[in-house]
Amino acid sequence: MASFQGTKINPTKFDKSQLKFYAYLIPLALFMIMPIVYIFNHAFKPIDELFAFPPRFFVEKPTFQNFIDLFTATNDSGIPISRYLFNSVVVTVIVMALTILFGTMAGYAFSKLRFKGKSVLFEINTVALMFVPAAVTIPRYLFIENIGLINSFWVHILPALAMPIGLFLMKQFIDQIPDSLIEAAKMDGASHFKIFWKIILPLIKPAIATVAILSFQSVWNSVEASTLYINDEGLKTFSFYMSTLASQTSGNTVAGQGIAASASLIMFLPNLIIFIILQSQVMNTMAHSGIK
Amino acid sequence: MKMKSRRLNLTPWGFLSPYLLLFLCFIVIPVVSAIALSFTYFNAIEAPTFTGLSNYVNLITQDQVFMQYVLPNTLTFALIVGPGGYILSFFLAWSLAQVTKKMRTVLALIIYSPSMTSGIAMAVVWTIIFSGDEAGYLNSLLIRMGVILEPIQWLQSPQYLMIIMIAVTLWGSMGVGFLAMLSGVLNIDNEIYEAGYIDGIKNRFQEIIYITIPSMKPQMLFGAVMAVVNTFQAGAIGVQLSGANPTPQYAGQLMVNHIDDYGFIRYEMGYAAAISVVLLLLVYVFSKVAWRLFGDKD
Repeated sequence: MASFQGTKINPTKFDKSQLKFYAYLIPLALFMIMPIVYIFNHAFKPIDELFAFPPRFFVEKPTFQNFIDLFTATNDSGIPISRYLFNSVVVTVIVMALTILFGTMAGYAFSKLRFKGKSVLFEINTVALMFVPAAVTIPRYLFIENIGLINSFWVHILPALAMPIGLFLMKQFIDQIPDSLIEAAKMDGASHFKIFWKIILPLIKPAIATVAILSFQSVWNSVEASTLYINDEGLKTFSFYMSTLASQTSGNTVAGQGIAASASLIMFLPNLIIFIILQSQVMNTMAHSGIK
Repeated sequence: MKMKSRRLNLTPWGFLSPYLLLFLCFIVIPVVSAIALSFTYFNAIEAPTFTGLSNYVNLITQDQVFMQYVLPNTLTFALIVGPGGYILSFFLAWSLAQVTKKMRTVLALIIYSPSMTSGIAMAVVWTIIFSGDEAGYLNSLLIRMGVILEPIQWLQSPQYLMIIMIAVTLWGSMGVGFLAMLSGVLNIDNEIYEAGYIDGIKNRFQEIIYITIPSMKPQMLFGAVMAVVNTFQAGAIGVQLSGANPTPQYAGQLMVNHIDDYGFIRYEMGYAAAISVVLLLLVYVFSKVAWRLFGDKD
């Protein structure tokens, strides 16, 4: 009988048979990365290259001028761009910290504690994975108006904290921790809070990293709060500033393009860096992401 | 004794309350009030007045734009981007699992990275690439290759806008679901494959259908739900690309834009809420199909 000819998932070393996968994976990857390479190149182009005709893809004489322009620029109402960036950073850091805290707490309760209505509530959360915030923009707006959050800094933060996928991933991950570990800690007289803080949290670092990335991506890129709930220019975020640039550049205007290109890079780069640092943790969490 | 049991019962709620409270405020209440508002006439100034099903009736019978453009657009967009992006995600995840770890990590990062870009940041890039004059990257390339003679107004032409929206969304659709499926494929035990081949599986295709997919159903379902949500979430792309709501000749008008049009431009909140409810139902139905396909049958 011939030796096993079937698939070799997760091969340890290179083999000729893998070439056929590279044959389409590499061209496709190159194609997909092009717009991103383009952002990098465009951001460093001096003004004559930005408007060179015919347009060139790669930068020839890179310059930081676009970034200098961006940071010295102010928008129409006199708000410096750095203010938007500062708001974005503050909002993002607070949202990430609170999402992780609330998500791990609720995930622990759903996974390891007993209470009434547990399965129903988790079921509701699973259905809410399908929730599309854009669909209920208007009732959300009315609610936020009614509780007086319009024009408040918190309106960036509070809606972003309700993240069903965060709780979902946390719970699935905490399920992997054996109950015996918690029982043993209880025997030693540890409180639930102590178990949560000293045992659970250190064990679920991969899930924390993953939820951190997801919440980062959603809040860093979000324009909803700035567009709808905030009138005070000084409280708006960088992604909002970005969206105003998007409408300005649609006519390929000379003034904004360099600034817009460097701003796109600033929007994208933190996503990439954080993901590269945490990617192995993310893959570890995703192994437990299944819906059963 | 009684005291103790009561204390114990409160602990879970202590852990749960921050999340549940926010969940209630920003997900449950908006959905419930969308349903309630959908049965009213509400212009955001006077109090809502109950009008029964008239919003829904109008939506189906009177709203020409909705029936002629918005609904077909939404379904076309969703049916191509949803299943298309999903199958592509699975196929790429499966292919990546067949190569060695170093290359896989690099390629997976590249394929995942478009999903990290936000619609807003990329809208700037796309408007430059698809710019309508001959200095636009695509126009310039096509003119030099001799495919076209005159520059094309990509983002303002009804016949191209939808195609570009679909292409751009597919480009960024290898997100969390893709990562979940990749780790799903990688976690299948090799012995299952060996057993499958002993039982008579003959080729790679049979292997995928009979072993790979059934072994990673939970990840397949998670990926499917993510695909559905991302598809309907991506609704704003047409407005971002063309820079106008409504989009040129309603070519890229999706339900999300229609809601904004009625809610924030015409202030017909009750009507907008009815569209929201229809959209949420649509998402739900699509997800239910995924559940049927990959959920636990028993």
